Amino acid sequence: MTAEELHFRAFRNPEHIRALAALIAQQAQGLGPVRIMEVCGGHTHAIMQHGLHTLMPENIQFIHGPGCPVCVMPKARIDQAIALAKEPEVVLVTLGDMIKVPGSDGSLADARAQGAAVHFVYSPLDALAIAAKHPDKQVVFFAIGFETTTPMSAALIESAQRAGVSNLLFHINHVTVPEAVSAILDSDDAQIDALIGPSHVSVITGAQIYQPLVDRFQLPVVVSGFEPLDILEGVHRIITQKRAGEAKLSIQYTRSVTYEGNPTAQALIARTFKKRESFEWRGLGAIAQSAWQLADRYSHLDAETIYADRFEANPREDHQACLCGTILRGAAKPTDCPLFKHPCTPQNPIGSCMVSSEGACAAYYRYGQEVRL
Amino acid sequence: MCLSIPSKIVSIDKEHNRAQVDTMGVGREVSLDLMPEPPQIGDYVLIHIGFAMNKIDEADALESIKLFEELLAAQDESGQGLP
Ligand code: SF4
Repeated sequence: MTAEELHFRAFRNPEHIRALAALIAQQAQGLGPVRIMEVCGGHTHAIMQHGLHTLMPENIQFIHGPGCPVCVMPKARIDQAIALAKEPEVVLVTLGDMIKVPGSDGSLADARAQGAAVHFVYSPLDALAIAAKHPDKQVVFFAIGFETTTPMSAALIESAQRAGVSNLLFHINHVTVPEAVSAILDSDDAQIDALIGPSHVSVITGAQIYQPLVDRFQLPVVVSGFEPLDILEGVHRIITQKRAGEAKLSIQYTRSVTYEGNPTAQALIARTFKKRESFEWRGLGAIAQSAWQLADRYSHLDAETIYADRFEANPREDHQACLCGTILRGAAKPTDCPLFKHPCTPQNPIGSCMVSSEGACAAYYRYGQEVRL
Repeated sequence: MCLSIPSKIVSIDKEHNRAQVDTMGVGREVSLDLMPEPPQIGDYVLIHIGFAMNKIDEADALESIKLFEELLAAQDESGQGLP
């Protein structure tokens, strides 16, 4: 098997997918309903794209989780990004995912069309070149994402300090998976029987971040990769645990995930950031200890405090009928929303779940919507 | 944003701790600042927004595929299961 086949095609082999799905169906017989939350929007897309939900027996259901960083970003934070971009001396830099996310009054793309300086980049490190190119400007990096992108922002901060870059500030919006999932499990909204955790988060954090959830909620948790066979193997492990009446933490994506994770990345995060007491999530409300801010030693680089007097505190409410918040809590499907497809589409998104390429609404729009309930 | 892609290390620039990688035929440069151990040329790593995050263990991947093969063979033999 060539490396190409091994890394890109082997985990999509249709014969193996059918065989594993058949085994799951067989072993799930007599189990009663098993509601599996896939925490990450990337998994939601993979499930829809490969039609994995259609291969499952009646009693296995996928519940879509909150792991879409753009979807969970509250309007107030996007409003702050837009306010920063509109400052005459500021050049705002952020990842491409943020382009169309609606704030109270349009998106960053709209602000750019109206003359604000906004750069959408592929990697945080691109901010260094932009800062060098605009020595007379105040460049602000608007950092977003879960544990998978947090160490990259930390690496940017350290690189900028090492290189003596003096015109780069940071607006930090990094959020953490376990606290959000814990808030969902604590609420009565969604009945969840097991979790599939995303492999890339645990490449950084290790699988260990889920151990408290396993212990507290007696839930099977399987950290899985993103290929169809990885996801199905995750489901199979959950079913195996359910049959045995067990609730354990299991790593499916052993080809890159360990229990402990990446120590270099974790040390970098610990040097650069500290936890916020609380962070407001779109749809989930305020969750304690669920986000990062700059560590004290970097507080002089914090655009959030430096420009605090430019931010308005009253974001406009989301469209009343938009169910994005309920969907992020796993308590509704995109197809439950009266605005889904008419008029809400990726071209004309009304809520953040339709904007983001990882949002559940975008996945349903793109890959069809037949879901067995 | 969140999907990390397997990519092959093509060359390494030790001085800047960066590497040239190949992602399904697309070349790009990535930072090695997050790598717990320095990779070798020919290694597969997971890439995410301009950084290599970790190595991918090929022996482990092959082991998984072997298990899928065995599962398929077992089902073919018993003549059941395949819809
Ligand atoms: S379809 Fe649009 S309006 Fe409805 S929940 Fe999704 S994002 Fe909100």
